[in-house]
Amino acid sequence: MITEALVLSAMIFVLGTFGVLVRRNAIIMFLCIELQLNAVNLAFIAFSRLMGIDGQVFVFFVMTVAAAEAAVGLAIIISVFRHYETVNVDRFKLLRW
Amino acid sequence: MVIDFSRQLHYVWALLPEIILCVSGMIILVVGVTGRYREAHLAVEGELEPGRSDDLGWLALLSLSLAAVANAWLYGVTEVGVNSMIAVDQFRLFSNWIFLLAAVLGILISFAYVYRQRLQAGEFYALILFATSGMMFMAGARDLIVVFLGLEVMSIAVYALTAFNRRDRKSAEAGLKYFLLGAFSTGFLLYGIALVYGATGSTNVAVIGEIISSGEGSRNLLSAAIALLTIGFAFKVSAIPFHMWTPDVYEGAPAPVTAWMSAAVKAAGFVAFLRVLMVGFDSMYPLWYPILWWLAAITMVGANLIALVQTNIKRMLAYSSIAHAGYLLVAIAAANETASAGMLFYLLVYTLMNMGAFAIVMSVSHHSEKRLYIDNYVGFGWAQPLLGIFLTIFLLSLAGFPGTGGFMGKIYLLLGAAESDLWALSVILVLTTVLSYWYYLRVAWVMWMKNPEVEGQYDRITVPLPMRLALLMSVGLILYVGILPSGTLEFARASIEGLGNFGGGLLGQGP
Repeated sequence: MITEALVLSAMIFVLGTFGVLVRRNAIIMFLCIELQLNAVNLAFIAFSRLMGIDGQVFVFFVMTVAAAEAAVGLAIIISVFRHYETVNVDRFKLLRW
Repeated sequence: MVIDFSRQLHYVWALLPEIILCVSGMIILVVGVTGRYREAHLAVEGELEPGRSDDLGWLALLSLSLAAVANAWLYGVTEVGVNSMIAVDQFRLFSNWIFLLAAVLGILISFAYVYRQRLQAGEFYALILFATSGMMFMAGARDLIVVFLGLEVMSIAVYALTAFNRRDRKSAEAGLKYFLLGAFSTGFLLYGIALVYGATGSTNVAVIGEIISSGEGSRNLLSAAIALLTIGFAFKVSAIPFHMWTPDVYEGAPAPVTAWMSAAVKAAGFVAFLRVLMVGFDSMYPLWYPILWWLAAITMVGANLIALVQTNIKRMLAYSSIAHAGYLLVAIAAANETASAGMLFYLLVYTLMNMGAFAIVMSVSHHSEKRLYIDNYVGFGWAQPLLGIFLTIFLLSLAGFPGTGGFMGKIYLLLGAAESDLWALSVILVLTTVLSYWYYLRVAWVMWMKNPEVEGQYDRITVPLPMRLALLMSVGLILYVGILPSGTLEFARASIEGLGNFGGGLLGQGP
């Protein structure tokens, strides 16, 4: 049971990492980061079946922080969109990536 | 006073500096949107009298000094119950001094910038205070939950500050880059924490250390966890190859934010990394030190080579800050008391000299984002002798010239590396330092040895009173710790005592 959950969590995490590296749309990249965080949550919950309640407490912190991060991140994406009218990170010319 | 962590109320006393900063940050936020401050950022350029947004800056400085008093008070406190989430030890308090100093300098140099660029002063100063409290949480964290929360409190505030100048597209773009890569690296850090939790069943760093040294816990999980944690922290301290955000973000962010974050965010990343590795993973030193060894070596060599060809001074200082991350990683790879004390000392000196250099860059660029090329400094020294001498002192200190704080810092890093027999790494440190003389001294050379093509281009440079205070503070302290380092070093050494077991010396040779 735990092994399956951990394998699934690792797969989602790799998927998220891959998405950030491959996709060039800022919002999709951000979604992939959220995918990574949720993979971590899954791992915490799987481990907490063995290790006790600490892991589940951690999950709440991760979710709260992810929500705060989303608020700031989406605001930044909007402010970028106002200047460039695109959220494609390849289009930025002022600063080299 | 005795702090007993079995009583919930005592957490309030243990977290007093952080609480003061959070509360006063919220007060400044509220004051900033009321009445006479509200229109400050709508005023036409030049019309706004500086006094309005300055009040909020002084308020922020007042709350920082209150936090400093609370921090000094914590020296008289003894803690009971070792496995608390928050450490009240000298290591944390020394780190807090660095963060407070960086925040004070950062606010002092941003007064003129905030009103010239018509930034919302309330939000600006409040975010600096919030980020500072996050750094303090990181320094005091004895639990990986607190490390994570502190890191995020700091990072989210710094993302917002990076993108703060909404009229400037460079600033927005830098904010987006920093946000995406910062959040990406947080994912790795978190996965590392999850694996540590899975292997040991605890998120408390001290408990993790005990479990690992007793030989329990799956070594495979722990190795993967160390790798992921290292990736997460390496992003934050901008070590090569996790540095690609640094030059862009430092160039695009508002100048005072760059000055402050290049020093403070790095310091916070390093102190948290140091505590996690020395307390939690000290018995796995043979496993992790080759990773740190290579990270330090690549960072020092790569950053110094790229810095040689930079023409924009903000970008040059960004690569110089990556190079300094490399020097500091040597201290973590060495993992002994001398190196750790040297690291604290170096972080303090680095904060002073880097922010001082940025303060002068800001004056030359008229508190905006103009005239940021090294060619703009032709003849600057003779036109503004005092500022020229100050910038020369900062650059010499960054390069590590004898008589300045930067030199003593490098000496202590080398002593620490020698104690763990990291000879190859010490040689790389010395050689790359020699290399760095070229790009630091090139600025000094342009400043003093070349004749200006246009006369009088530096006549309009203004250095407001707060920035004068910041410059005098930085120069005075750099020369003080450069000439009489023993007092500060004793202080740093005392702060390291009792921190952890230090894995260094478990293994003799370099890889």
